[in-house]
Amino acid sequence: MESVIIFIIVLYTLSASGYFAYFFVQKNNFHKIGYYLLLAGFIFHSAYIISGYIKSGQMPVHNLHGTLSIVSWSVSGVFLILKYKYDLRILGIFAAPFSACIMIVAIQFPGITSGTDKLFESLLLIVHVVTIFIGEASLALAFGVGLLYLLQEYTIKTKRHGFFYKRLPSLDLLDNTGYACIVAGFTFLTTGLIIGCIYAKLVWGKFWSWDPKEVWSGITWLVYAALLHKRLTVGWRGRRAAIMAIIGFIVLLFTFFGVNFLLQGHHGNFTRW
Amino acid sequence: MLNIVLIGLNHKTAPVDIREQLAFSKEETKDSLESLQKHPEINEVLLISTCNRVEILMAAENISGAVEAASAFLSDIKKININTFKESLYKYSGDNAVRHIFRVASSLDSMVVGEPQILGQIKEAYQLATSKKTSGVILNRLLHKAFFISKRIRNDTGIGDNAVSISYAAIELGRKIFGSLEGKKILLIGAGEMAEIAVEHLITNRAGDIFIANRTFERGVTLAAKFNGNAIRFEEIEDFLEIVDIIISSTGSPDFVITRPQVKSVMRKRRNRPLFFIDIAVPRDIDPHINRLTNSYVYDVDDLKGVIEENIEKRNKEAVKGNRIVDEAVIRFRQWFENLDVVPTIVDLRKKMDTIANAEVEKTLHTLNHLPKNDRNAIHKMTNALVNKILHDPTLYLKNNQFHGNRASCIDITRKLFKLDD
Repeated sequence: MESVIIFIIVLYTLSASGYFAYFFVQKNNFHKIGYYLLLAGFIFHSAYIISGYIKSGQMPVHNLHGTLSIVSWSVSGVFLILKYKYDLRILGIFAAPFSACIMIVAIQFPGITSGTDKLFESLLLIVHVVTIFIGEASLALAFGVGLLYLLQEYTIKTKRHGFFYKRLPSLDLLDNTGYACIVAGFTFLTTGLIIGCIYAKLVWGKFWSWDPKEVWSGITWLVYAALLHKRLTVGWRGRRAAIMAIIGFIVLLFTFFGVNFLLQGHHGNFTRW
Repeated sequence: MLNIVLIGLNHKTAPVDIREQLAFSKEETKDSLESLQKHPEINEVLLISTCNRVEILMAAENISGAVEAASAFLSDIKKININTFKESLYKYSGDNAVRHIFRVASSLDSMVVGEPQILGQIKEAYQLATSKKTSGVILNRLLHKAFFISKRIRNDTGIGDNAVSISYAAIELGRKIFGSLEGKKILLIGAGEMAEIAVEHLITNRAGDIFIANRTFERGVTLAAKFNGNAIRFEEIEDFLEIVDIIISSTGSPDFVITRPQVKSVMRKRRNRPLFFIDIAVPRDIDPHINRLTNSYVYDVDDLKGVIEENIEKRNKEAVKGNRIVDEAVIRFRQWFENLDVVPTIVDLRKKMDTIANAEVEKTLHTLNHLPKNDRNAIHKMTNALVNKILHDPTLYLKNNQFHGNRASCIDITRKLFKLDD
């Protein structure tokens, strides 16, 4: 298993270097290489996750290794879809290294834990985890797109048409992609949270137990809900939308890691190693 | 042996008043080509005349004779004393002439490096020369190579990238903001050449409705008819800010025509869709503080000029690569050109025949292993004699120089007939 992960990391890393080469040299072949390497990495990664599931009969998310691996997998998956739909190649320089780095962190933690927990066997839980992670991956990409937007806006506003101006796509494309990421991310996040609540009702008998993880998930959800609301009502687009996507992602990161490290709760296993 | 010779002057060597006196119209060019070719010193000739340059490209036996003939011709036909433009005239021959024509065709010698018109102008000059049959083997090959190099340089280097005119720079910026300009609505305030060119560029980029505001409404109506747009009253500008996406302003107004509070209040109504202001007026029409508002972008003439200067700088950097490609091409052309002489052609012809004969003899002898050595030698001798006899007359013909002045094309046909240039 170890060697498969290393192989996946190598693919992601090479893909990242392909995208970086594309960014600097601006030759189309590099971004094609990056794309196919990432696709290959994603296929192997999917196989790795599925085999883990078949072996243990449960979703491999009961430790930090498993959860990080799924985060990385979701980011590459969502990026591949975005690339297909919007042809936003440049985002590869965010997505590919992101996936690679998370996997490198993941491999620092042991993959197999002793003791199985009945909690992880339900189909509902699998759906809960997968939808939430896909949502979070989309929001991570929205964060990346937001950064690129701010960078490009800065070059246009300050009239410094150098390195980035030439390489980054139009503000319109960045804004639209960011919006699409947030809509997708928010939809998956909402679905995931609802399923989580239903599952909680089945396991613990109540939908909501004011667990810190639940509270912070709620806060994250509210941030993105506010962003979408503002966009639909008063047309918050461009700079403000980009800044909100960045703030939202920081809150999301805290919900993901911070809560587990700093506070206690029933998602504790999530980041245990 | 013919030489490639070029005389000419351009924007770097001659002021505009000399250039315009020496410029040739299409009809004049045709007549001049005929009279130039009649001159005994000149074998082939091509005349290029654009607003930035006048050049005569020739193939001639005697370099100084051709140079003198061509400059005397310029002075005669344009009725200008030769001394007035003598200083501005550059004269190239051999590799330098080849390099110069390659650089001109590739737009490396242009006032704005990479401008695309020059290639078309040279193609036209070449067409005139072929129609008058003043271009022969040498100039044909030279010009075809020049067109090829020009395309290669345009593809392989960035000399044609990055806008170098105000209106193109504005269009490029628009694309970075809006992605596509298709369907984007335009408001033109005032009038003026630069502003109108920008609007035309936007139309070719399939922009949407065009609104025109002018202090005198009648003027606006005339302009609106020209662009197939709608004239609006000057007082209506604020209302239209809600609808349009790109504003081009070029009025003589001493004060700002559009102020920050106006844009700020309209932004809400627009639901923050971006606004792009192109301010071509001096003094400025658009309050520069509008650039600080989110989703609105203001570029004035100086900003656009700054963009253009940067872009010209980038093109000049790319021109270094272009010059390298030209240098390589000059060397390759020289190889072809040097072979276009009697002795190398005879040598090549002999070599080719010998190679074929030897290969065939070897093949045959291979199956005749029983032959004694003497017989084998006899076969070798016979083949050599055969080659000698076959090549005797062509060699004599090439050596005797009986081409009636058309030596280059005879040699060229020989080389093509026997495929000696591979």
